[in-house]
Parts: sequence; structure tokens; C-alpha cells
Amino acid sequence: MSNRNMMPLFEVFVRGKRGLDHIHVGSLHAHDAEQALEYARDTYIRRGEGVSIWVVESKHIHASQESDAQAFYDPMDDKPYRHATYYTLPDGVDNM
Amino acid sequence: MAETTEDLEQAFEAKIAAEEKIEPKDWMPEAYRKNLVRQMSQHAHSEVIGMQPEGNWLTRAPTLKRKCILLAKIQDEGGHGLYLYSATETLGVSREELIDALHEGRAKYASIFNYPSLTWADIGAIGWLVDGAAIVNQISLQRTSYGPYARAMVRICKEESFHQRQGYEIMVELARGSDAQKAMAQDALNRWWWPSLMMFGPHDAESAHSAQSMLWKIKRQSNDDLRQKFVDQTVPQAEAIGLRIPDDALVWNEARGHYDFGEIDWDEFQRVIRGDGLCNRQRLRHHKQAHDDGAWVREAMAAYAAREENV
Repeated sequence: MSNRNMMPLFEVFVRGKRGLDHIHVGSLHAHDAEQALEYARDTYIRRGEGVSIWVVESKHIHASQESDAQAFYDPMDDKPYRHATYYTLPDGVDNM
Repeated sequence: MAETTEDLEQAFEAKIAAEEKIEPKDWMPEAYRKNLVRQMSQHAHSEVIGMQPEGNWLTRAPTLKRKCILLAKIQDEGGHGLYLYSATETLGVSREELIDALHEGRAKYASIFNYPSLTWADIGAIGWLVDGAAIVNQISLQRTSYGPYARAMVRICKEESFHQRQGYEIMVELARGSDAQKAMAQDALNRWWWPSLMMFGPHDAESAHSAQSMLWKIKRQSNDDLRQKFVDQTVPQAEAIGLRIPDDALVWNEARGHYDFGEIDWDEFQRVIRGDGLCNRQRLRHHKQAHDDGAWVREAMAAYAAREENV
């Protein structure tokens, strides 16, 4: 039997209802993907919170760095014209 | 015990009947899958080809502000193409196959993009009318039965909310401008109005895929219903800025609670679909050229990935 501490970490994503996106709900340790799915079921959807689970080994998640956030997201800060509210509609036209 | 095809079909039909989404790992009839690949890839190709008529005016936009807005819009269209290609790929078809089908003429894109953008007012008309028509269609498709397609539509509709307004604002300003500017706006409306109505496709009775797509809830509203919706919402917008819709038969029908409007030139519609529109060859040639010009980037990336794997 392998050391419990050696079990890899998995990130868990749950789809609340058919048609919705899978959303990250947390993580857990498991030997393999199959076991991770069972653990995720027992850990995260004991009350029918989901109809579908994805598990991904945490080491496969590549994340942007919080510390670089300013430079990383800077290009979208000065473009108010990407939003509909930037444009004024003439009188009599209210629905667009 | 293994499920029979009949069991699987029943389960599929039950999900559709219950308004549940079909997700990529669900069993689905091969014809449903094929129908989706056809429609979704056509939608993706349209987003990408649609960048061409607008890109034509990027360097000649009248102000820096207009250039920034147009650039942001075109960037969105490219992004929307990517959402839709990715969603199509969940059906087990590769990006390469989809692009090949476009280049070999086996896959189509919206015929509207085979019309040329001749003046700056055309950029206004495209945003107002072409995006306006696309949004009517896409709002309806947010309720399509295939999960990844529906979710892509939700995202796209949210992002597109500014596309129509920026186009309409161009028309508003031209319509309030000099006589020449107003004439330019009217001319653009004259040329883009009918092709915009054609975007909704043939009449329901003559639409090749409509009946089955409605049964499978891939399509949620018929071509004619969506077209009527677009006409009803657009006529007051033209009136508000003193432009005339180029249709002598256009009249409010009190009894129906809708505008009546004239018949589309279906010969023109068929001609453009067949490949004989003003810009069909140019659009496809440009797409192939851009794809070929980018080949060295894809090759370099593949070479880099191969080298990293061998380290």
C-alpha cells in the first residue's frame, strides 16, 4: 500500500445542471482519476449539487500569476468602448 | 448489460424533450452530430470571414476613436470564431478538417460577407444591420440543445452587445451630418438591407435543414419568425434617424402586430450562395492566403514542441 502522502492532488470541477459550465469547487487527494471521481462525489456533491464532475491533476493546471496581474490585464483597462453603455442612443430608440 | 441503440436513442430524445442540454460525452445520433458540425462550423467560418469587409476600413477609419472601436470589434469576431471552432471540436472533428472544408468549398459561411464594404457608412450599416440580424439569431441559439454551442452563444451575445450600437452610432452621426453624409448613410442602408434579411435563410418551407433542426432543438425559432423579429425592431431605428428602408411594400400591419415587407430576391440569394456574389472568390482567396502565410508559424511551433519533448 502506498504512502497516503504520496497521493497526487486533484482539482475538482462540478457541473450543477446540464447545460451549465463546470465550476471549480475545490481539491482532494486520490490515487488515480477514477478514485478522485469517487472521492469528489463523496466530498463535494453529497446533496445533489452536481450532475457531472471533472477531475484534473493539480500539476496540470497552469495559472497566471497574481503578482503580474497589472501588466497581464492592463490592455483591457482603457477600452470603455467595448461596453454597450459607452454608446448613447437617440431619443425614441431604447431597445438595442 | 449493454444498452441497445434503441435505448440510447430513447434516452437522447427524452433529454431533448425535457429541455436538457446534450453534452459532449453523451451518446447522440450521428445525424445530430453531423448537423451540428455543419451549422457550428459554418457559424465559426462566418465570424472569421466577417473580419474581412470590416478590416477593409481599419486604416481609413475617420478618427482614432473609430479606429480603436473597429479594431476591438474585429478582434471580438476573431475571438468568437475561436469559441465556435473549439465548441465544434468537442464533436470529435479537428480544426484542420474544418478549415480544409472551408477552403475546398464543402463548408459555407454567411453569404452577407460576400458583399463589398464600399464606404465608411458601410461599417455603420454592417454593425447596425448585419450584427443586429446576427444577434437576433444568436439570442435564439442561446437555447440550442447542444451544451457547448449554447454556452458559446451566451458568451458571444454578451460581448456583442456593443457591436450593433457602435454601428448604429456611425449611422446616427452620418444621418445628422451634411447632405452628402446623409446620402452616404442612406446608400449603405439601401445596399445592406436586403442581404441582411437574407441572413435568416430561405422561407421555412424551403429550408433544407430547418425541420429536423427544430425537432432536435438545435434551432429554436424558424427563419421567418426571426426575420420578422429583426424587421420589427429595425424599422423604428431607421425612422428615428430619418433613413428610409428600401422597401415599397413595407407597412405596419395592425392586425398582425408586425410589419409586412416585400419579397426577397431569392435568385440573388441563390446566386451568392452558389459562389457568384461580388466578393466570394476574394474572401476565400484571402483566407487561404492568410492561412498559407501563417504556415511557418505553425511549423516553428511544432518544431519547438518536438524539441522540448526530446530534451
